[in-house]
Amino acid sequence: MTQTATAVPVSGRSREGIAQRLAADLRDGFVVNLGVGIPLLIPKFIPADVEVILHAENGVLGMGPLAASGQEDPDLTDAGKQPITLITGAAIVDSATSFAIVRGGHLDVTVLGALQVSGSGDLANWYVPGKNPAVGGAMDLVAGAREVWVTMEHVDRTGSPKIVPECAFPLTGRAVVTRIYTDLAVFRFDDGQLRLTECAPGVTPEAVRERTAAPYIEDL
Amino acid sequence: MIDKFRSDPAAALAVIPSGATVAVGGFGSSGRPDTLIDTLCELDRRDLHVVVNNVGGDFTGIGRLLAEGRLRRVTSSFPVLPDFYDEYFAGRVELELIPQGTLAERLRAGGAGIPAFYTPSGAGTMLADGTFPLGYRTDGSIAANMPEREHRDFGGREHVLEYGIIADFALVKAHKGDRRGNLRFRLSARNFNPLAAMAGRHTFAEVEHLVATGELEPDDIHLPGVFVDEVLLASELSPKQPTIARLRS
Repeated sequence: MTQTATAVPVSGRSREGIAQRLAADLRDGFVVNLGVGIPLLIPKFIPADVEVILHAENGVLGMGPLAASGQEDPDLTDAGKQPITLITGAAIVDSATSFAIVRGGHLDVTVLGALQVSGSGDLANWYVPGKNPAVGGAMDLVAGAREVWVTMEHVDRTGSPKIVPECAFPLTGRAVVTRIYTDLAVFRFDDGQLRLTECAPGVTPEAVRERTAAPYIEDL
Repeated sequence: MIDKFRSDPAAALAVIPSGATVAVGGFGSSGRPDTLIDTLCELDRRDLHVVVNNVGGDFTGIGRLLAEGRLRRVTSSFPVLPDFYDEYFAGRVELELIPQGTLAERLRAGGAGIPAFYTPSGAGTMLADGTFPLGYRTDGSIAANMPEREHRDFGGREHVLEYGIIADFALVKAHKGDRRGNLRFRLSARNFNPLAAMAGRHTFAEVEHLVATGELEPDDIHLPGVFVDEVLLASELSPKQPTIARLRS
């Protein structure tokens, strides 16, 4: 594993910058589920001419922005229990139908954070052993969505790569990730092969290589 | 004449014994049947196995059952409450942790006469491989793991066998209900409520508004009264604010 302590410091995209970069890849008509963290920063960067339907696990199709202060309705929340609004044309379903949407392949994309992603697309994002285990809908989302896009910092707080040959943390799903958007780069999986397709502005392929533990093909 | 309305929650819920398995609707505090849960506490029921998506962010709802030591096991996807984990790791309550969609489908299947089904969710993870601790001993060692799921390949993908859940009782909340037990939910407070109601052998529904039979149009009924045994009035309208904050980032 690369020792990043000796690597030259690199400054890539901010968390908002990662969200903005991913938002540029959303296509008109996509049905998308957004996880907590960086994914929740994405809606404000979706281009005005791109209509995206946001799904929440608790049965909302067509989420709008968070409710304004004083306008909260306890009967209308997102999957993080935050009070939300609906867009015109939104629909409400029960939890079984909500996950029929998820598992049945009716979501174009789910965007999730990650502890680690492996070189074969395994995702670990639900549980740090020793901490409090909770899974929510993460395993259903990665099993069912047509594409699983991960947003995360390229390395963890200790500087260790998060794109690794094998995940050390318990898996959320095997070979499920299709794209990775980090502060330094964009990766795609094609036929199970990890490819570096883009470096963030001001970031060199060498800087990415020094901070990525899993093997990949450069396809810039 | 069919009249499922009961005015006295304590008298109605008295049939639920300690030790029962109880499916509960709600997602966080949204659509959670607090009147019925509080009644279980006031009846001093204990040793309960509760099937519910969340164990609150505070000591209301399922959090109250926990705080008062009334839970034996929780089947859930996102327990959240830190005190719940204290009880879990201390060996005082068991946790059957299952993916949220699997929980919803297990309730639906149980209520629909489907004994088991295969799903891709969780295949190849520690929630399916028999290594996740169901419960601990008081000395901190693992007392038992959740059972290993049967894995089976369909179309080149791994799936796991999950069993339908039939609960002894179900507690749910609706926006409107009539004396035949027909229910209508409101916005995302619907969530697990219709599924928990289906899974209960005997289902109690608390409603914010009891309406005259016929006022709910047939096309507007989300859950027909055939799934509901007793209808009670919610003691108050929904809490003003959702109480659970996002925990993961």
